[in-house]
Amino acid sequence: MSHHIVEFKNVFYRYPDGTEALKDLSFRIIHGESVGIIGANGAGKSTLLMQMNGCLMPTTGTVTIGDLPLTRKTRQDIRRRVGLIFQNPDDQLFMPTVYDDVAFGPLNLGLDEACVRERVEKALSLVNGLELRDKPPHHLSGGQKSAVAIASVMAMDPDILAMDEPAASLDPKSRRSLISMLKTFKHSKIIASHDLDLILDVCQRCIVIREGTAAADGPSVEILSNKTLLEENNLELPLSLQRRQL
Amino acid sequence: MTFDEQYYNIGRLDRLSYQNSLVHRLDPRAKLIATLLFLFTVISFSKYEVLALFPFFLFPALMMTIGEIPFLFILKKVLLVSPFAVFIGIFNPLLDPGQILVPPGFTMAAGWFSFFSILLKFVLTISAALLLIATTPFPTVCHALRSLGMPSLFVSQLLFLYRYIFVLVEEAMRMVRARDMRSFGAKGTGIKVFVRIIGTLFLRTLERAERIYSAMLSRGFQGDIPILKPTHIRAIDLVFVATTILFLVVFRFYSVTEGVGRLAQELFR
Repeated sequence: MSHHIVEFKNVFYRYPDGTEALKDLSFRIIHGESVGIIGANGAGKSTLLMQMNGCLMPTTGTVTIGDLPLTRKTRQDIRRRVGLIFQNPDDQLFMPTVYDDVAFGPLNLGLDEACVRERVEKALSLVNGLELRDKPPHHLSGGQKSAVAIASVMAMDPDILAMDEPAASLDPKSRRSLISMLKTFKHSKIIASHDLDLILDVCQRCIVIREGTAAADGPSVEILSNKTLLEENNLELPLSLQRRQL
Repeated sequence: MTFDEQYYNIGRLDRLSYQNSLVHRLDPRAKLIATLLFLFTVISFSKYEVLALFPFFLFPALMMTIGEIPFLFILKKVLLVSPFAVFIGIFNPLLDPGQILVPPGFTMAAGWFSFFSILLKFVLTISAALLLIATTPFPTVCHALRSLGMPSLFVSQLLFLYRYIFVLVEEAMRMVRARDMRSFGAKGTGIKVFVRIIGTLFLRTLERAERIYSAMLSRGFQGDIPILKPTHIRAIDLVFVATTILFLVVFRFYSVTEGVGRLAQELFR
């Protein structure tokens, strides 16, 4: 297996309506790294994640996953390697029962039935969701939905995990268990979020996106304690680094 | 009835289907086949047939009692759609002036018979279909349809309908609430605002569809929704289908109502 490298080289992306979402974005993420992507609303974080598995294709520039450059031909292969978790679990969970949903990816990979069952059970027990297997997604709570959404991606056994706001709309306890779960994953991880404490906890490295380009890139501890940089990007110090006067 | 209550009602049918009773545990394919056979048998009767239809109420009655489905709930649902059937048949007594002899010596317009026949067939078929849905989780109905040869495209459509109807209705509910909160009585609840809400809802749905499609692509979707094979048919499922067929045949070709009537006459003579 090649190393799970993600490389963006001079990536530009323009939406069909003319919005320039990414402008000359370059970075390289090496095997096993976890990287937080932060930035103001509309800075291009979600667009960036959508480029990772070919949901959107760069207008110019190259995206390389492992040893494969992203093209229309390699898209299917790349989707096996990159597990993309969307912000809203209702978009992610489209099958009528939890079990069917988690089985969707493995079945599309063409695995046989016994293998699919094994994968589904493994993925669901990873997120402590085995007892939810026969429930329809609309009977789940928000925390359960996002746990199942993660399981549905983990069942494909991806090399790289890309997540868009994984902790949005989770209660503190579910958020905490999500964080400890993320820490146990050995995958390369790319997490776009406004939850800076989560990034500080989970990611060693952090990239700040401003107007579609990388404004800063470095160790999370440094970037997330740089008050001026954060405030320039509509962000603030992570709550755990703020001194609170009560 | 308010929006929230309506929503609760849809949800209730869905929650009922996840109960655990003898009927719920039957294989969905068996229930689907039995229900379809029931429907075809009921509508196969001639348009003036009334008496022979009554024994067929046994099927929904049994499904309801054994499946522990509340009678009033099903009754309400049937009444809700009944205007359609009533309007189809209401003019029959006027348009069909032929006379039919009723045993003690009266005659009645044939139209009345066809009207009642329509009503009975309607109540029987709708309640049977409702009971199928109330005793079988919808996804498994879809899997049953698929394994009985329904094209996968239609089945996928049904599955998505079921998955997203709740999301859509909740979205609409939130918008209606937001409107009501700022409309202070009658203002703002008019047709103009309503039309705009529908428009916005449509746009949001389109956007959501796009996101869902990306999510599907991300997990290797290539045009067909794969489905794991459903569980195996057990002996009790076969017994259920066989019994249903037996009763349907008897009710169809032997006038049970008349037989019961004769028997009663013999007994009370």
